[in-house]
Amino acid sequence: MKTICFYFQIHQPFRLKRYRFFDIGNDHHYYDDFSNETILEDIAKKSFLPANALLLEMIRNSQGAFKVAFSLSGVVLDQLEQHAPEVLDSFKELAKTGCVEFLAETYAHSLCSIDEAEEFKVQVTQHSKRIKSLFGQNPKVFRNTELIYSDDIADLVAGLGYKTVITEGAKHVLGWKSPNYVYQSANQPTIKLLLKNNKLSDDISFRFSNHNWSEFPLTADKFVDWIATIPENESLINLFMNYETFGNLQPAHTGIFEFLKALPRMAGERNIQFKTPSEVVDAFKPIEKLSIPYLISWADEERDLSAWLGNNLQKEAFKSLYEIGERVRMIKDRAIRQDWLYLQTSDHFYYMSTKRSSDGAVHQHFSPFDSPYEAFTNYMNVLSDFKLRVDAQFPASVDNEELHALLETIQNQEDTIAKLEKELKVLKTKAVTKPKK
Amino acid sequence: MKALMFGWEFPPHILGGLGTASYGLTRGMSLQEDMEITFVIPKPHGDEDQSFLRILGTCNVPVVWRDVSHETLQDRFGQYMDPQQYYHMRNHIYADFSNLYTNDLGCIEFSGRYPDNLLEEINNYSICAGVIARSEPYDVIHSHDWLTYPAGIHAKHVSGKPLVIHVHATDFDRSRGQVNPQVYSIEKNGMDHADKIICVSNLTRNTVIEKYHQDPNKVVTVHNAVEPVSEAVEAIQPIRNTDEKIVTFLGRITMQKGPEYFVEAASRVLQKAQNVRFVMAGNGDMMEEMIRLAAKRGISERFHFPGFLKGPAVYEMLKSSDVYIMPSVSEPFGISPLEAMQVGVPTIISKQSGCAEILNYAIKTDYWDIDAMANAIYSIICYPALYEFLKEEGKREVDNIKWEYAGNKVRDIYNEVCSRYS
Repeated sequence: MKTICFYFQIHQPFRLKRYRFFDIGNDHHYYDDFSNETILEDIAKKSFLPANALLLEMIRNSQGAFKVAFSLSGVVLDQLEQHAPEVLDSFKELAKTGCVEFLAETYAHSLCSIDEAEEFKVQVTQHSKRIKSLFGQNPKVFRNTELIYSDDIADLVAGLGYKTVITEGAKHVLGWKSPNYVYQSANQPTIKLLLKNNKLSDDISFRFSNHNWSEFPLTADKFVDWIATIPENESLINLFMNYETFGNLQPAHTGIFEFLKALPRMAGERNIQFKTPSEVVDAFKPIEKLSIPYLISWADEERDLSAWLGNNLQKEAFKSLYEIGERVRMIKDRAIRQDWLYLQTSDHFYYMSTKRSSDGAVHQHFSPFDSPYEAFTNYMNVLSDFKLRVDAQFPASVDNEELHALLETIQNQEDTIAKLEKELKVLKTKAVTKPKK
Repeated sequence: MKALMFGWEFPPHILGGLGTASYGLTRGMSLQEDMEITFVIPKPHGDEDQSFLRILGTCNVPVVWRDVSHETLQDRFGQYMDPQQYYHMRNHIYADFSNLYTNDLGCIEFSGRYPDNLLEEINNYSICAGVIARSEPYDVIHSHDWLTYPAGIHAKHVSGKPLVIHVHATDFDRSRGQVNPQVYSIEKNGMDHADKIICVSNLTRNTVIEKYHQDPNKVVTVHNAVEPVSEAVEAIQPIRNTDEKIVTFLGRITMQKGPEYFVEAASRVLQKAQNVRFVMAGNGDMMEEMIRLAAKRGISERFHFPGFLKGPAVYEMLKSSDVYIMPSVSEPFGISPLEAMQVGVPTIISKQSGCAEILNYAIKTDYWDIDAMANAIYSIICYPALYEFLKEEGKREVDNIKWEYAGNKVRDIYNEVCSRYS
């Protein structure tokens, strides 16, 4: 019996507004509120709301046989809360059906998993808490930003107690192996890996409405047939995609919603079931260990990190951001903590890419900036201002260790005072009860 | 394939970008094995590089029959033109020009510059071109810029060979819309007679199509390129005596180049950054106004006008710069940013420049967007990663913009027009 595992990514960054260098030190609001709001509302209307309504209907009609998983970044949750709370409500509704699983990720949809272990821990914890409070679930499966993964990240994730990671079925990693099995991390045997089936996922998300594609038009019937003809022992099909595929990347008029709607019935006829990632790892035994020493992702032709950290501008911006990480984590100021999260979002780095060819065109398509230089300049200007604010909290002359010690002293001062007072009292009573002879 | 080219300037005696482009293009084309180029200019000085083409001066073309001895000719221009060529051309004088002022060789005198009687000189050039067109063998005629269009048309009428004209600039660029009707009519006439019009950028191509009403199918863009840096230039050492950053503008200080936007951007940058100086090198009718403007903004202390730079001083200035800026209001192509990038200087150009169409590793802003320009300057001098990135990638990019490739495109155009005529 074959199993389809659906997982949808939902994320929207807080795009930065045009921030000139004159603004450094004067203006502490960094976001293009108008475009963030309009873009989000537009996507909610075209994609999130109709797709959620459809999924709810599909789950109810199938008596719970249809199942999906979502990964919503903390950043998009914040935006939905502000601009489209009805979308959050519809997700809550979906959560109540019990057929929907929510995954863990970094709150800011950030790149901190690469070498910022401390920040990673903070963000994943923060995100899980948020998911718990919104949907009443404790996420059990981890999905990193843009499916970035390596053995080192497996260590980090295992440290946080997760047992399953979702990632890319990159060709250069798998080689002749099939993504249609559950794998196991080579250095963390407790971590199970679910790999994206590239061909079938992209058939839906990229090629669905492509008239030049030899398989156009793609029907649910045909699609499920393909799955049915996969060898019997390869029984797990992971379809991972951007949720905006439904209604935005593939607009409603292409028939994408009807396609989705027809899937459960077609699958039922061929005895194919749906499972959430957690159910999948419960049901399947890992077939083999998989070692992934270098970072992979689901972006671009290369399936590596070159989309975010490919050129020197991106590397510089990344370095410049995280060199103040330790300091920022000591700050309690909520506005600073919030900006710190929003500035880490990977999209800011994506806009700075200088790649050419078809991948470059995709970068340009999503970028609110005319050129990568503008994206870089703008980001660095904002970061300069942010650093001024951080410095204003604690003088830069005090190094982190010293600062940490000082903060600890301040935090513990009441305890210390109480302890000393108690001691004093004891001594006083002793002094009274033992008068001098 | 033999090409007869009409031009006005040729290095080393150049007055503007036309000479540089003519040299680069012909040199790039000479790499094609079967390409023979005869390049006509008004007045050769004798020190032009003739290793890859043949140069003919209209000042040495007889238009009135005179009996001159071989020795005299050898004496007059023997070091750069074969006297036999003179006799050959003398056999092709096609009308009575004895009413014109000619010298003892029967030749018309040329200044070879852009004198006040330019229209007369253009006319004389075209008379001489008639003699050349009758005496030389060639397959295609190629005219560079409006001064030589009448000569090209003349040659086409004489020989029936295809005419290609090369638009390096139009009067709309030079005058910001206030066109000179005489110049316009010469330009338009040339374009109407041409079999193909080559423009140095899509910007120019649009002007040609819209303002001169040409059929878009007839107008093609062949972007200019840049000659590799010579060893002499490579050896020039930058002069840097401070750790201050230097932002440079290099060019004629005229309305077309947008100098006032540079001054305004400089004053904004100086509000935030202190360790930076601005240089506006060059001459022009707006220079005094710019000096006054800098004073008015209170930035004269950090804004310098070294005047017109020549020869090695140009590269000395470029190599000492951290940013090169060209805020031109309308620039058909603009080779200077490419030269700056060749020596590793990050470059900011206006979107209204033709070269913006082929450069990816330069920052582009609208010429009027002073804020964006100031922001770009600020980020290059304050964020080392951006500086390094533009420096390295920019150099790599221009090193691949070669005249050879431009020459191949021109050759394809020749082949196309010739096939139509055969």
